Amino acid sequence: MTDIKHDGPRIDEATGVETVGHEWDGIEELNNPLPRWWILSFYACILWAIAYCIAYPAWPMISSATQGMLGWTSRGELAAEMKTQEKERAANVAALAGMPIEQLPGNPALMRAAVAGGRAAFKVNCVQCHGSGAAGSKGYPNLNDDDWLWGGDLKAIETTLIHGIRQPGDDQTRFSQMPSFGRDGILTPAQVSAVTSHVLALSGKAKDSPAGAQLFTENCAVCHGPDGKGMREFGAPNLTDAIWLFGGSRQDVIASVTNAHAGVMPAWGNRLDPVTIKMLAAYVHSLGGGEDFIEQAAPAAPATPAEQTNEQP
Amino acid sequence: MVKVVSGAGIWLAILLLAVIAIAGAQDSGFAIHMTIVAIAALIGLVVSVNKADYAAIAKGILRTPDETRYDDDPIRWGVIATVFWGMAGFLAGLFIALQLAYPLLNLEPFFNFGRLRPLHTSAVIFAFGGNALIATSFYVVQRTCRARLAFPQLARFVFWGYQLFIVLAATGYLLGISQSKEYAEPEWYVDWWLTIVWVAYLVVFVGTILKRKEPHIYVANWFYLSFIITVAMLHLVNNVDIPVSLLGSKSYPFFGGVQGALVQWWYGHNAVGFFLTAGFLAMMYYFVPKQAERPIYSYRLSIIHFWALIFLYIWAGPHHLHYTALPDWAQTLGMVFSIMLWMPSWGGMINGLMTLNGAWDKVRTDPIIRMMVMSVAFYGMSTFEGPMMSIKSVNSLSHYTDWTIGHVHSGALGWNGLITFSAIYFLVPRLWKRERLYSIRMVNWHFWLATLGIVFYAASMWVAGITQGLMWREYGADGYLVNSFADTVAALHWEYVARAFGGALYLAGAVLLVINVWRTILGHLRQEAPMHNATFNEAADRPAAPVPAE
Repeated sequence: MTDIKHDGPRIDEATGVETVGHEWDGIEELNNPLPRWWILSFYACILWAIAYCIAYPAWPMISSATQGMLGWTSRGELAAEMKTQEKERAANVAALAGMPIEQLPGNPALMRAAVAGGRAAFKVNCVQCHGSGAAGSKGYPNLNDDDWLWGGDLKAIETTLIHGIRQPGDDQTRFSQMPSFGRDGILTPAQVSAVTSHVLALSGKAKDSPAGAQLFTENCAVCHGPDGKGMREFGAPNLTDAIWLFGGSRQDVIASVTNAHAGVMPAWGNRLDPVTIKMLAAYVHSLGGGEDFIEQAAPAAPATPAEQTNEQP
Repeated sequence: MVKVVSGAGIWLAILLLAVIAIAGAQDSGFAIHMTIVAIAALIGLVVSVNKADYAAIAKGILRTPDETRYDDDPIRWGVIATVFWGMAGFLAGLFIALQLAYPLLNLEPFFNFGRLRPLHTSAVIFAFGGNALIATSFYVVQRTCRARLAFPQLARFVFWGYQLFIVLAATGYLLGISQSKEYAEPEWYVDWWLTIVWVAYLVVFVGTILKRKEPHIYVANWFYLSFIITVAMLHLVNNVDIPVSLLGSKSYPFFGGVQGALVQWWYGHNAVGFFLTAGFLAMMYYFVPKQAERPIYSYRLSIIHFWALIFLYIWAGPHHLHYTALPDWAQTLGMVFSIMLWMPSWGGMINGLMTLNGAWDKVRTDPIIRMMVMSVAFYGMSTFEGPMMSIKSVNSLSHYTDWTIGHVHSGALGWNGLITFSAIYFLVPRLWKRERLYSIRMVNWHFWLATLGIVFYAASMWVAGITQGLMWREYGADGYLVNSFADTVAALHWEYVARAFGGALYLAGAVLLVINVWRTILGHLRQEAPMHNATFNEAADRPAAPVPAE
């Protein structure tokens, strides 16, 4: 394979450097030495690597690796960072743990801390359904308004958080089930249409029909109330306002009456600690529609925004 | 005649197997893929039967190729394939960049981000980059060995087999067939096919080196060979998996958990190291001295940086798994080897740039040289950025952010893209025997569009990545995290728009490449003021004349 002979080294005119004497398809090579800065930097990197391997966990042995002189571990670093953060919050966490949530508004400083913690926890756990601004979307309630299905005071929100809504396996979960009037043949399509007219008329969006009002009284008033203002013990929405969880167009309402919705919220009591849940309750309460605790007894009472804790921009 | 019959027989057997596989397919994706295989086998069958020169066979004449010329057919096809797949890959990249800025563009199910993203990465790395590597390696190995390709039929099989691999991989992504391993998404049967093609590639390449007429093996061939061998090893180990059915597309990997992650990133990192670095350094080692008409700066540096590079690169993969379940010692290993890799990587940059000693004026006069210099400069930049990002404290900020995407693209668009474009500009007039390119000035435009595009891309991704990293770790005065994930996504909208704009500029430059290559092949010459043209001695562009028997 060595048929070709080349002339051997020559001096390159442009640089004055000798070539090695090889040549391939016209390509020659100069015999420059390794650049000094290059080889020194290379050695420096190697020395640094050796030093790093002595200082940090590096060499795998039979059962475990060398620990390194600094005793550093990634788990240790994480634990230390978490501990620092924990320490900063320890006083507030301890105070919150020992305080029933109804008493929280009496301690504005603690309330502020709880709202801040709740805001962080909300971003991790709740935004997936309720959105990063807690404005919800179709099927997921907006938490900024004063329309509460199951109650909007601190205690009621905390209960909803702990036990969830329609969470299987939690016997204290918020539970109700609207019948699927159309699908199950309780009402004929014409009746569904009539009752829809009545429902829309409650908020002034359609002309009422006497037949619809009659059907409403017979089928719906038991949960939604004779005036359609809803009942919190059943999580039955107020139908007289402009807030619609599953849409307020005629088509949407017919769909809801025909095939009833039954949204599920997880029971967070199984997944988050009691203090975090209190914080979440405080945050959701602070968003704008939180109700005062004493007014719990009056379901249809107008909401009073808890202004001293309202940190929503 | 025997050859024709056996060739046709193999195609017929593949065709029959594919038809059986279609009949028994467990899922529609597999059936579609086997249909593609059957069509490919049918084409192979028709071509091998039609191509036979029966009259010549009957007369007992063996048609021998022109031994006084290099075997350039697969290289011409390869250049066209490189340009074609490059356009497909860049277009897919621009589209997914726009999807990130405007999520409405997610067209379910075939054109959502999840399916188009591997289509983009595979198209640019394996289809564009892979075809460029195969074509240039066949060109370079012949010239630097002064020998024709060994096993010409096998070389043709490598080209067409590789295209089939690309088609199967790309259609698979759109159909949702993926083993969900980054840069190794194709399923088991596509992996098996690629293994066959790759072994054929190795045989052709090594065979050509063995029949060389030069006393020494040129440095570009060291790099090509290390690329071919290492990619074979990486591909085999990372794709050890168990098919659910031999008639279905799904398989499960042999390595699981953190072992699986480590194998995957050992593969993923060395795909960068040996596919995108070693292979393209080989291109640089041939095309830069040829275009500059200057000797390589330092033979000694070639040797030292070659061996240091291939020894160190293979250990650096664990830096993709910092702060994960991977044991600390393995993370340390990945990090220190990445740091040590910095200078060996820069050895290639020094040898590339300093080769221009005595010819720096060409940066002004020759846009191809300018493109090569910019390419090597981006190579140097990203091989500094890489080791820096492998340092744990930097990585804790940069990991999982768009900074990584920016880093990859300054390497891919800057280094791999520009060196490939300049190699294509070098090759096309020579392969099609044209006086020069259709337009040298269009190369200049391409250079500026591409460079500006990369600047937009890299700068926007630095800003995006650092913003993202800082937002993720931001704690408020109250001791709690400040941002939700969706907040960090919303914050990056304009960076994503700027990135897509950079990508559009880069694509616009590539459109100029397509026009230029097309018109050059057609033999057109644009009337324009010349910038510069490297001399080409056609008489010397051939293997050594056979030594007459004495």
